[in-house]
Amino acid sequence: MSSNNENGFETGVGVNSDPAAEIGHAGAHRAISDSLAKQSLLKSPHPFPGRLIAVEGIDGSGKSTQLQLLARWLRARGYPVHFTEWNSSRLVRNAMRRGKRKNLLTPTTFSLLHAVDFADRFTYQILPPLKGGMIVLADRYVYTAFARDVARGVHPGWVRSVYNFALRPDLTIYFRVPIEVSLERLLAGRAKLKYHEAGMDVGLSVEPVESFRLFQSRVLEIYDELTLEYGLRIIQATGEIPNQQRVIRKMVQEVLRGYDRQPASGDDEQSLQP
Amino acid sequence: MNNHYNHNGRRWYGYGLPYVKEKPLPGHLIVIESTDGVGRSTQIELLRPWLELEGFAVSNTGWTRSPLLSATINEAKAGHQLTVTTFSLLYAADFADRLEHEILPALQAGFIVIADRYMYTAFARNTVMGADPAWSRELFQMALIPDLVFYLDIEVETLVPRVVQGKGMDYWESGMHLALDTDIFESFKRYQRRIIEEYKRMVDEFGFITINARGSIDEIQTELRRHILDHLRTARGLKENASPEDEFE
Repeated sequence: MSSNNENGFETGVGVNSDPAAEIGHAGAHRAISDSLAKQSLLKSPHPFPGRLIAVEGIDGSGKSTQLQLLARWLRARGYPVHFTEWNSSRLVRNAMRRGKRKNLLTPTTFSLLHAVDFADRFTYQILPPLKGGMIVLADRYVYTAFARDVARGVHPGWVRSVYNFALRPDLTIYFRVPIEVSLERLLAGRAKLKYHEAGMDVGLSVEPVESFRLFQSRVLEIYDELTLEYGLRIIQATGEIPNQQRVIRKMVQEVLRGYDRQPASGDDEQSLQP
Repeated sequence: MNNHYNHNGRRWYGYGLPYVKEKPLPGHLIVIESTDGVGRSTQIELLRPWLELEGFAVSNTGWTRSPLLSATINEAKAGHQLTVTTFSLLYAADFADRLEHEILPALQAGFIVIADRYMYTAFARNTVMGADPAWSRELFQMALIPDLVFYLDIEVETLVPRVVQGKGMDYWESGMHLALDTDIFESFKRYQRRIIEEYKRMVDEFGFITINARGSIDEIQTELRRHILDHLRTARGLKENASPEDEFE
């Protein structure tokens, strides 16, 4: 994000050819052009000495389990690790809770509250460790918003604009899992699916399991498109846990090539606990 | 007739709300913008009874007053943990909440909605805080284009005595969060000057109707009513089958 107001202003979003610009005051609102193709930080590597590694996938894909195993391995090898998780910032916790409980959230406010959460964590938990040469592990990243919020109905171009301050991770691993496998894992672990996780707010079905199937299938389709658009690395999340972990560690090793190891600074163990 | 007649078919600033079914909006959205201390709320309080006498139902909406987020914004401001990015996003979330839950339903029901500030406040403040102006605008692509946007214009020199003699200078309105000056009086002037500059830039970009706010309360009110009447008459004239006795005076 540019902090240069003077210069930034001239490069605004106006599309002067808009016919509406000709008529009256209300018509003066120039249309915002599709900003999808605009220079995106997500398309080029970040310049910082640390490493940013993200995992993506629907609930029940096993991504969090694998990330915890990866963190143990990295720390055992002396790497300074910082862990951060989607929707964990205190800033919007109350609004999110109130919004979900009273069912006040629309696709747009749902999306923006998650963006506030991400922006807050990005400022305090992702950027400084990355600049300080740490390995930042992110359980979900902006691609979660690109998939879930678009499945809820917001415009793909808009949600990309919202997150246009985010840096490209050095590695993003997408845990691809069939709906039935994820459902089985979730239902085995706890008796009920969560309202928003099942996409009940979208109104595809009044039956939670069926709603989950329909909603998360949409999400999966979008994730598949995202793997191409942003070069996410795919893991088949149906494999044995140790086998998946072996593949992941290999991917991470590639990313650590050329990493200038900083002295592990003290006790970072607690940052792993959610 | 079902479309918002004066936008040449365009209703939304950007993508709008793709998941919301387009519905007729027989109401009118009137926005009043200005920096702090210009007397915006006084003017809005005077408009309401007048419009009601004319037979219009009126609904008000105000900046950062959404049930979803107003508490969060106040807490966060108190805790000083906000950055320009989170500030901008919170404003957008508050706006979207009020748009979907207050403004659109009222317009569908045929109300005149008077908005005490609209997205332009975010554009001015975000930019002064250092956000990319293009990014700020993109956040608000869900916004409905208002029928009228009034900008109450005033310069800092006139504003300062009003604020000092009125409710006084507060931390945020003085831009103390930007650390422009350790002195609140100086900071207020510098911050408000920048905000006013941003508003002035937007006059053409968004076709604001500029109202001279140096005048008396009555003068300003008369001016606002004149424009609003013009607009409502034109709107009525454009409606199909508008009968002559619908004319109001």
